[in-house]
Amino acid sequence: MRRGLEHTVPPLLLALAFLGLWELYVDVQGVDPLVLPAPHAMFAELWDNAGLLWSNFTITAREVVFGLALALMGGFAMAVAIHLWAPMRRAVYPHTVGSQAVPIAVIAAPLCFWWGFGIFPKLFVIALICFFPVVVTTVDGLAAVDPDEIKLLRTLDASRWQAFRFAELPAALPAALSGARIALAVGVIGAFIAETSTPTTGPYAGLGREITSDLTALQTPRAYAATAVLFVFAIACFYTLTIAERKLAPWTHR
Amino acid sequence: MPTQLKFRERPTHEASGAGDGVRLSAVSRAYRDRRGAQVKALAGVSLRAARGSVLAVVGPSGCGKTTLLELICGLQQPDAGAIKCEPAVLMPQRDLLLPWLSALDNAALALRIAGRSRKDARAGAAALFDELGLGGFERARPHELSGGMRQRVAFLRTLLSGKPVLCLDEPFGALDAITRQEMQEWLTGALVREPRTVVLVTHDVEEAIVLADRVAILSPRPGRVLAELTVDLPRPRTRTDTVVVALRERALEILTRSRVA
Repeated sequence: MRRGLEHTVPPLLLALAFLGLWELYVDVQGVDPLVLPAPHAMFAELWDNAGLLWSNFTITAREVVFGLALALMGGFAMAVAIHLWAPMRRAVYPHTVGSQAVPIAVIAAPLCFWWGFGIFPKLFVIALICFFPVVVTTVDGLAAVDPDEIKLLRTLDASRWQAFRFAELPAALPAALSGARIALAVGVIGAFIAETSTPTTGPYAGLGREITSDLTALQTPRAYAATAVLFVFAIACFYTLTIAERKLAPWTHR
Repeated sequence: MPTQLKFRERPTHEASGAGDGVRLSAVSRAYRDRRGAQVKALAGVSLRAARGSVLAVVGPSGCGKTTLLELICGLQQPDAGAIKCEPAVLMPQRDLLLPWLSALDNAALALRIAGRSRKDARAGAAALFDELGLGGFERARPHELSGGMRQRVAFLRTLLSGKPVLCLDEPFGALDAITRQEMQEWLTGALVREPRTVVLVTHDVEEAIVLADRVAILSPRPGRVLAELTVDLPRPRTRTDTVVVALRERALEILTRSRVA
């Protein structure tokens, strides 16, 4: 219980201090709420529009979770292929770096042409933004296995697959999970980019859409309220993954 | 770096008849170092370890002892000469236990690789765990074990590979003096229970004489066999035994002379 408090009290205090200074600044300077709304206005919007924000949140949360899952699976599979097959590394690695420079707006049209206005184009965009850190950290993790360990496995008559299965794969797991945490940090903003660059039909289009339409409709406080939801969501995802890491790779935390 | 063979390419040396142990005839091996210069590791080494005996190889650092073991295990091929031996397994200098596996699972790794199920492999390893003084540590992770215990687990893993020849590369080099002596006694006992042909590489002359039936002394690089001593004493042996002391002095004298020359 005390450990829990040690972890929750400092960030809450910092958030309170930040919000207090912000409130003070807006009041003293008399800032136009269309430019920068005061925190109290943001919380009022959060309260008044809880239903709307929740409905949009479930859309965005689903995109982030599935998009990340896709990025993790795709990134991990690609890292394994790169590790096991040198031509693959030479052929694919430069392009994975290049892919990170592609502006999403450029590929939004064909994505929607192929997959329509549903969730799939968004998942692709999020996966494209998130898979890169997973590939890089996993490739490094797979390559970092002690060469003597591999030598030992060979004298035990291990096949290539067994060396991978018993030594390389578990050794790379902590690195892959670090990659996943980086991916997650960019995943939430990735969802924003995905939503705002591909159109959606349906009553709720996600928090990203909500924020941009609020800004154009001069509903700035509501845009801030939606941003606050994204902020907390990213934190929650991050700590969920940290807990998962402790379960999946307990030997790195001793 | 020595040229490395790929996984499936590792040939097993010609196993010639039962009761053969290990036989090296005029084996030479060179490799290129990082700068591309050729380094002669071994020059015409002939050695023989009868089945079920312990052959110790001593020599100064960098005399090609590790290369010798990798040749016997088939991790490298000789440039010249011939190696005839039964299938051999390497126990490297460091224990190389896998941190994500328990002590029991680490020991059972050889059995898993041989294709046995997790449960079956654990049962196979557990039987020897008690016998070799590891009982009660089955579930411990490697980082929870002392240096000596880690080496025991590593040795058990090597043993469970089921290969008739064990190549031990400085197995107790990283241990403190007291633990090392304990481990030497332990190894003697383990080999009584589970007899194998052993090729033991060490820089500790005393360790070689306490443990081995024959001791081969290698010269500085390129390694050649300077002398072979036969240790004809019952086990367990003590370091203070007059014969052990006399043999140790002789071995050290040979090593010192090779340095001066």
